Amino acid sequence: MKYVDEYRDQKLAEKLAGEIRRAATKPWAIMEVCGGQTHSIVKYGIDYLLPNEVELVHGPGCPVCVTPLEMIDRAHAIARRSDVIFCSFGDMLRVPGSNGDLFQAKASGADVRIVYSPLDCLRIALANPQKKVVFFAVGFETTAPANAMAVWQAKSQGIGNFSMLVSHALVPPAITGILESPDNRVQAFLGPGHVCAVMGYREYEPIAARFHTPVVITGFEPLDLLEGILLAVRQLEQGRAQVENQYARAVEPGGNQSAREMIRQVFEVCDRGWRGIGSIPGSGYCLREAFRDYDSERVFEVDTIHAPEPEACISGSILKGLKKPHDCPAFGRECTPLNPLGATMVSAEGACAAYFNYGRQLVRLPAMEGAS
Amino acid sequence: MCLAIPGKIVELEEEGSMRMGRIDYGGITRQACLAYIPDPQIGDYVMVHVGFAISKVDAEEAARTYRYLAEMNQLEEIAAPETPPEAMP
Amino acid sequence: MPNAFALSCGLPVSRPRNIVLGHGSGGRLTAQLVRDLFLPAFDNPALRKLDDQAVLPVDSGRIALTTDSFVVTPLFFPGGDIGRLAVNGTVNDLAMSGARPLFLTAAFILEEGLPIGDLERITQSMAKAASEAGVSIVTGDTKVVNHGSADKLFITTAGVGVVPDGISISASNARPGDAVIVSGTIGDHGMAVWATREGLEFEGHIESDTAPLNRLVHAMTRAGDVHVLRDPTRGGLGTSLCEIASSSSVGVELDARAVPVREEVRAACEILGMDPLFVANEGKLVAMVAESSADAVLAAMRSLPEGRGACRIGRVVAEHSGAVIVKTEIGGSRVIDVPFAEQLPRIC
Repeated sequence: MKYVDEYRDQKLAEKLAGEIRRAATKPWAIMEVCGGQTHSIVKYGIDYLLPNEVELVHGPGCPVCVTPLEMIDRAHAIARRSDVIFCSFGDMLRVPGSNGDLFQAKASGADVRIVYSPLDCLRIALANPQKKVVFFAVGFETTAPANAMAVWQAKSQGIGNFSMLVSHALVPPAITGILESPDNRVQAFLGPGHVCAVMGYREYEPIAARFHTPVVITGFEPLDLLEGILLAVRQLEQGRAQVENQYARAVEPGGNQSAREMIRQVFEVCDRGWRGIGSIPGSGYCLREAFRDYDSERVFEVDTIHAPEPEACISGSILKGLKKPHDCPAFGRECTPLNPLGATMVSAEGACAAYFNYGRQLVRLPAMEGAS
Repeated sequence: MCLAIPGKIVELEEEGSMRMGRIDYGGITRQACLAYIPDPQIGDYVMVHVGFAISKVDAEEAARTYRYLAEMNQLEEIAAPETPPEAMP
Repeated sequence: MPNAFALSCGLPVSRPRNIVLGHGSGGRLTAQLVRDLFLPAFDNPALRKLDDQAVLPVDSGRIALTTDSFVVTPLFFPGGDIGRLAVNGTVNDLAMSGARPLFLTAAFILEEGLPIGDLERITQSMAKAASEAGVSIVTGDTKVVNHGSADKLFITTAGVGVVPDGISISASNARPGDAVIVSGTIGDHGMAVWATREGLEFEGHIESDTAPLNRLVHAMTRAGDVHVLRDPTRGGLGTSLCEIASSSSVGVELDARAVPVREEVRAACEILGMDPLFVANEGKLVAMVAESSADAVLAAMRSLPEGRGACRIGRVVAEHSGAVIVKTEIGGSRVIDVPFAEQLPRIC
């Protein structure tokens, strides 16, 4: 596959790892923001190629993980209605709310469907005029243009039986929240490549300046991540704090103008809660008033249920990069992907789930034989 | 959310008012919405996320960075003692 | 005197187009189904007797017995259908012990309203698959449930085979030093099924790889010392390797670059965010073979169409007992573990 295979070249990976080893003279803690980046790091064993000095801290870039429990309960309540066809990306299906997950709702008779694109929901709505079709719109800014288009098309085509349950999260406020925390240890960020393909990276410049923290916008393939880490280490070693674009083949400084314009037309910035972290002001999108007829929260009256997170869960600390999954006494024991206690285990992209699924609770991997 | 895959535009279509395209991912093709790509051409590569192209792949940029990596590959090793990386952090 | 309560309708029973509850009642409609549909398709001496059981001759040796249920949706997918899957799946379960598969049973649970044309297609498909594999379907059963109580059609099979003397193949027999061999590309069946699910369609040549493997196994056991055989169906190759590592208390080292995946399957997995290692196969096997025999076994496999893609993908080791460690495409390492549930497409 073009533009994929080249970035999985072993020899070049080894060279990059060698360059990182040469560049790092002091310990550095670097956070990769995106869940997809975490996934790639663990899947390819990238952190095993790094020198001791470079520590990768897994960030909160898993929108599934950080969706508040109240929102998940709201989704489940809507899904269980007999007049609803509930559509969702696969990622959300196994996330447990206070009373089971969407699969269990399906087993009790709810019409729950996996979709690949929000546009699929419009087709389902047109084909099922007697039902209300609801799309669970969870994601970071990357998914916002697609979700915006779905709502915009629904309005312009008058698809009255479609609505969206919106739970969008924004990355810059999350990064700011992490850096503002008094016990923050993150010294540089690998910025979210696909979020920035949409939004551009200008909004990271004030953050880099204010906190004197390098932000390297990074892709998702192994060579992207290794190059991003190398650029971050060099900045740290040289005392620089700039926004740098490793992922230039897909990211422009201003992002995608037409996508941003559609987002602006359909959504507005609002406060939202992050599971495991709490409320972060100005960190979410909600539908604008003009689209209120397509907002599931308006269409359906649903009581919210408040349920406290289990005490054993340290997701908050993990999402902020303060602790690792192994630091949690419940990891791999009471808390597993089958029985997740909190945010970072509920989805495959969460740090705890990624570590678990890639077997890190099982075995210490043997020391690398020296990459180059 | 993060999963976006590069693919080549092999056909341009319209669906209602939306510009759509058929994208080839190396053996399989799938429809994607091209509304967010200004002036898409057959042969362009785009990054596709949940059925929407969110950016074009800049072939020159890709070639430039890849050349840099490949050149680095040809640099001679600096003869310095190398400590092997540790196992689990 | 005719029983006044023995009601019977004077109209002749015409051939219905869909399955009705009566087809499962054991009465005339059932008999009609067996006579007109199952018997002509599966025809063999034992079945023709239409006894409640089939009485069959077997050579001396150990009997291999297996059972399986097939509930796949959709019923028809590129490269096959539920019937073909049922026959090949049962044949393969037997073959993985080194047994020669001989006889199959087929029990059908039909949903009221199922088009009989579909049942006919599936039955013909089963007959063809049985003939290809060299087995007979010798007895069966038919039940019909109310509309909504079953997803169109479920098939449950049992299979009987004979294991020749001297063969001892089991998931617990892997030994350090063994070569790990796979018979061809992985992930084909699972992605063929995902490709036909609503909302996830894509065009491309992805077909289920459903196929009988008994001939391949026979060639392998004659060529060398085979310790373990497994057909990685649901859960994929990765799950099978983990199960074998655990059963045998050995470690397995897998070379990610050596695992064969068709280009189209890889692209489909990339789009859906799925890992081919955990996608279902229906016509492939993974084997652990004494290293000294490995080249001979590979040559024997490659001489057959169903084994032409056979290759080494790793080895069995004494270290990290029970764990499967993958050397990744870039030279890193990761441990793989049995997934908790079926892999789903992801967008993150």
